Amino acid sequence: MAVLTDAPARPGAQAPVRHTGRPDRRRTLLLLNLVSIAAGIGLWWGLARAGLQFPTPAEVAAQAWTMAGDGTLLDDATASLGRVLAGFLLGSAAAVVVGFLMGWYTVARGLFEPWIQFFRTIPPLAMLPLVLVLLGIDETPKIFVIFLAAFLACVISTYQGVVSVERTLIAAAQVLGAKDGTIFARVVVPASTPFILVGMRVGLGSAWATLVAAELLAAQEGLGHRMQSAQLYYDLPTIFVGIISIGVLGLLMDRLLQLAGSRVTRWQEQR
Amino acid sequence: MTTKISVREVSRVFPVGRQDFTALDRVSLDIADNEFVTLVGPSGCGKSTLLNILAGLDHPTAGTALVDGRPVSGPGPERGVIFQQYALFPWLTVRQNVEFGLRTAGVGRRERRETAEHFIRLVGLEQFADALPKTLSGGMKQRCAIARAYAVDPSILLMDEPFGALDALTRVRLQEQLLATWNADRRTVVFVTHDVDEAVYLANRVIVMAARPGRVFEVVDVDLPYPRTEKIRLSPEFAALRNRVWQAVYHQ
Repeated sequence: MAVLTDAPARPGAQAPVRHTGRPDRRRTLLLLNLVSIAAGIGLWWGLARAGLQFPTPAEVAAQAWTMAGDGTLLDDATASLGRVLAGFLLGSAAAVVVGFLMGWYTVARGLFEPWIQFFRTIPPLAMLPLVLVLLGIDETPKIFVIFLAAFLACVISTYQGVVSVERTLIAAAQVLGAKDGTIFARVVVPASTPFILVGMRVGLGSAWATLVAAELLAAQEGLGHRMQSAQLYYDLPTIFVGIISIGVLGLLMDRLLQLAGSRVTRWQEQR
Repeated sequence: MTTKISVREVSRVFPVGRQDFTALDRVSLDIADNEFVTLVGPSGCGKSTLLNILAGLDHPTAGTALVDGRPVSGPGPERGVIFQQYALFPWLTVRQNVEFGLRTAGVGRRERRETAEHFIRLVGLEQFADALPKTLSGGMKQRCAIARAYAVDPSILLMDEPFGALDALTRVRLQEQLLATWNADRRTVVFVTHDVDEAVYLANRVIVMAARPGRVFEVVDVDLPYPRTEKIRLSPEFAALRNRVWQAVYHQ
């Protein structure tokens, strides 16, 4: 019974051969995450107490409660989210179409590439003054710069996905009788989804970054605008509420996208 | 025996920098209906290039390849191909992979399912019909690829070192299985390999190719009966044929 005597006396380690490490490690990681967050808030509290010009976490929470109560937080968040979603969805959709065209047709690649390369070097925000002049000061210019940010971040990735589809997969479809249309829909599109998703995640981050800046410059409502006006009144708790809301919303959207993505690309080999 | 495949003076030259690399130099050969032919030779002898030309995935720079008397102009479902890298669609399950060609051909759902079921059973993957390729071993992946190729009912199977990436034991098992399948349901098979044992064990006829330039070096008829068994594999006749092919491959 060498097996029994060799078995480690760890609690809960009944089957040491099977990969017990995984859930264990995940739990450890989660615990460490929580510890880290608690420590961060503790540090913040400590610094606020030590006389830095910070509001304490309690003050920020109270301010968030007030803003949630009178509806400003929800209004601002809705306004910001609406802009980001509109710009991001339009941008991603356009990026997927253009990326596929560029990957599949040499003509499209030749025509689109110089413009994309050119606009990629310009931060979308730098377009804002021009866009404001041309499109007025309502929602359109803000959504447009967010669209631009999301589109530019996602299009190259989609294009990369299309051109890096394995040749043998296309050959395999061809010898099974598939013509171009079928190959595109049933091989190229699924094979490039992991690339598109990476592009969309980058695009989402980019869209958020652009949104807040756009709202700081020109908006009547939204989280960025709220922070901007709080700055005039030296209202630090409101600024903190804004920052945290943006972070939390961005994180939530990223996680949602990641979750949807891992559903769609479950077939991928994990390396 | 009617001629199924006819290769006439086929050359394939790849431009490599300023020089040209002659992968195939005026290769001619005929393959009969339902024949099992293996192509064997050192790397660079053009055996895979020849297979790709037959598949319609590559084109000769001179000469023609005829299948059923018609020149090959592109890939088609009557010529099934099995790749060394399996080339399964990773986002589709075993069943969906096997059904791919049937769906392309517009076969109805129920018939598709039945046909797929039949070939999945034939290669012994019925327990993995709904598994994704990433969960399969190399041997299982290749069996799935074989089922997928068979499902569209090709009259020719073109196999490009299909067992090259597998361990020796799995390879022997898959050779047996391939022969059993072929015995039950004969097709014309062109099988590329660099393994002399495999070439002799499977084939009616071994075509030994030579490199620089790629050409047919020697044709060895294998007059061993089917079904081939372990007894045949260990027989002196088999050994003699293997020695002959070995000499042809390694002492060109």
